[in-house]
Amino acid sequence: MFKTITTYLKHPVKAAPLAVFRIIFGCLMLFSTLRFLSQNWVETYYINPTFHFKYFGFEFVKDFGAYTYILYAITLLASLGILLGYKYRLSTILFFLSFTYCELIDKTYYLNHYYFVSIIGFLLIFLPAHCFFSLDAKKQPKLAFTHLPRYNIFVIQLMLFIVYFYAGLAKINSDWLLRAMPLQVWLPSLYDLPLLGDLFQKQWMHYLMSWSGMLYDLCIPFLLFYKRTRLFAFIMVVVFHVLTRILFPIGIFPYVMILSTLIFFDAAFHEKIISILRRLFRIKDKPKKVSLEWIPNLKNTIITGLLVVFFTFQFLFPFRYLLYPDELFWTEEGYRYSWRVMLIEKGGYVQYKIVNPETKNWFYVDHSEFLTEYQEKQLRTQADFILQFATFLEGHFRTKGIKNPEVYVDSYISLNGRLSQRFIDPNIDLTKIKDSWKHKDWILPFNDNIYGF
Amino acid sequence: MKSLKFIFLVIILCCVGIYSCSDDESLNANNTGNFDRQAMLVNWVDDLIIPAYQDFNTKVTALKSASNTFESLPNQTNLNNLRQTWEDAYITWQNVSMFNIGPAQSTFLRSFLNIYPTNAGNIDANISSGNYALQDINRNDEQGFPALDYLLFGLADTDTEILEFYTTNTNANSYLAYLTDVVNRIDTLTNEVVTEWEGDYRATFVNSSGNAANSSTNVLVNEYMKYYEVFFRNGKIGTPAGVFSAGMQTPEKVEAFYKKDLSKTLCLEALDALQNFFRGTVYNQTTTVESLESYLDFLNTMKEGEDLSLLINNQFNTSRDLISALNSNFFEQINTNNIQMLEVFEALQDNVVFLKSDMMSALNINIAFESNDGD
Repeated sequence: MFKTITTYLKHPVKAAPLAVFRIIFGCLMLFSTLRFLSQNWVETYYINPTFHFKYFGFEFVKDFGAYTYILYAITLLASLGILLGYKYRLSTILFFLSFTYCELIDKTYYLNHYYFVSIIGFLLIFLPAHCFFSLDAKKQPKLAFTHLPRYNIFVIQLMLFIVYFYAGLAKINSDWLLRAMPLQVWLPSLYDLPLLGDLFQKQWMHYLMSWSGMLYDLCIPFLLFYKRTRLFAFIMVVVFHVLTRILFPIGIFPYVMILSTLIFFDAAFHEKIISILRRLFRIKDKPKKVSLEWIPNLKNTIITGLLVVFFTFQFLFPFRYLLYPDELFWTEEGYRYSWRVMLIEKGGYVQYKIVNPETKNWFYVDHSEFLTEYQEKQLRTQADFILQFATFLEGHFRTKGIKNPEVYVDSYISLNGRLSQRFIDPNIDLTKIKDSWKHKDWILPFNDNIYGF
Repeated sequence: MKSLKFIFLVIILCCVGIYSCSDDESLNANNTGNFDRQAMLVNWVDDLIIPAYQDFNTKVTALKSASNTFESLPNQTNLNNLRQTWEDAYITWQNVSMFNIGPAQSTFLRSFLNIYPTNAGNIDANISSGNYALQDINRNDEQGFPALDYLLFGLADTDTEILEFYTTNTNANSYLAYLTDVVNRIDTLTNEVVTEWEGDYRATFVNSSGNAANSSTNVLVNEYMKYYEVFFRNGKIGTPAGVFSAGMQTPEKVEAFYKKDLSKTLCLEALDALQNFFRGTVYNQTTTVESLESYLDFLNTMKEGEDLSLLINNQFNTSRDLISALNSNFFEQINTNNIQMLEVFEALQDNVVFLKSDMMSALNINIAFESNDGD
């Protein structure tokens, strides 16, 4: 069994799919970075805010003020490097580091698809995607190969499998399937779409969309894997992602997913793309057939070990929520990095109260003095944000002359259409609490049950 | 290779499809049998917004004519008359203050008409130097209703002394001129806003009926919330009662500080205006049209959830009872019994939970305006 698997993974296959994936990924990241810059998001997200919400364990990651643009310049150049296969290793390393660094500056902007991009960026460092149809391969013939061990393509496919399958698993819960939430909140507001707008007012439509979304996510990686169902699956991928693009503001993610799934197609398809590109850009190189063999040298062994650890982590980490008590959707402990997308609609309200224990004087905080609307939106519904801002306020009012300020919070959340319920214990002085991986017992228990994954 | 061509075709068609659909405002459809946001917009504009502005404009015109009369003959009768028209206009203003959208936003109407506390020192300086340009946004606290409050009630303790500023004072002409300038500025800005609403802006507002972040419903409901929290709850109650300043009460920050007994009236009028907008009560009438309440009820019957609009209305009523029990002069109230002010603040706060957390979520209205990608 083990032998069959290793033979399968080591078996040399044509390099074209990986090369095409490299080009597509480079293109998309180039476009995505330019789009980010053109929307002036570097300024509004990273430079303008006076306060940044840090990821647990990454408090040292700082923005560089106006110099943050340098990071984006690096991402931009690195994307171009990946696209052309020019100084590929350096490009992938720089891309992964600069992109991930920017993401780590402020968790307000966490999106699963940014996490996905970081992961792919990381994997590409270890995959020789520049061995075919690249500037590197052209300049250094010793890097040029037409065939690669299959695992190089398989790891990308496996990652896509995890993304879809886990997103599907997460949809198996009572809110999604039995209450059609949150689609029941979101869809009716899209009443002005042609054709769909009227259907979205019907309850059966919300259920239909919920159930088919769940089935789609669970099945699509398998359907893509088998040759006989592949074309059908790809059409489903396109329809699904086009629909999500129309319904929700999700940026370039649909394009990333549609184009990434092309990696499941046969090499013949990718060779066709490359030959079109050759004609288009008048590239004349006819590489001789050379196969890159997997030999058990130190480098390959380390990479293999790394990939095994990496994927074990990817399989297990999304299930860490099982270690926490209370409802995942309520506490969001273990919610990030788990391919849980579009599962919750939360409205929230939060008001901080500072008490000076010496004088017993108290006052409320005007959040807009410190936070942007976007940051405040995240603050309202997530406990780790609430704690971090409390710590910040403690420090801020210390400098304003209150010796030991106490910070309390009045906070409510409405989850998936339920009436608002108090979220944080209002009698807890948040300055006494340190963030950790442990359960936050100052979150009040959720007064309802959601069953499922 | 046939399938290849097919795949390419699918990709290209879809990219075009995605692209053409990404402009949220470009889509139109006839809606039958579901809640019609455009009908709600039409109601808002025709039954609530424009009538309120027109009424306000009438009151401002009366204010202007009273001010002209006073300028030509500054005596006690004309002062009383001017004060009354000021009070009427100020009360009516509470009905339009929340509509900070379109022309009101671009002219900074609210900022120029009702920033308080007014800057009495600067007003005095302006009058003595004669050197001021009220168009300057930095001078927004030297004009509008709060400035008139000072000029008509705050210059001295007695009416006789106040009248002396406009009659026997060496600078009397400058005082009259400043008063007229402030009134004219209110009139000009109001006219500009009303004219635009009656003209092109109505169609712009009504036709932006989608659900994008910049659609009329989203922007106006966000402005409504902002008005409720910042200008109503904080401005009229919270800030003077000291909830943001470590127990340091600042009663001089109440609305209509110099008039003294008007702050409660203004506050109640603003509360009524807020509830009327929520309920869709036609301006100065009792009939209701489609608005947030009926929208929530529509969504509610679909979700079989809690009766949110009832909870919100109840909370509005609770707040009204508590405000009604206050001294008509909030300055006095804060100095004698600030606890009651804080109770009102808490009651108003409770409705923020329903409005901001539950209602915004139920209506699927984005709170942040900033463009951003989601998951």
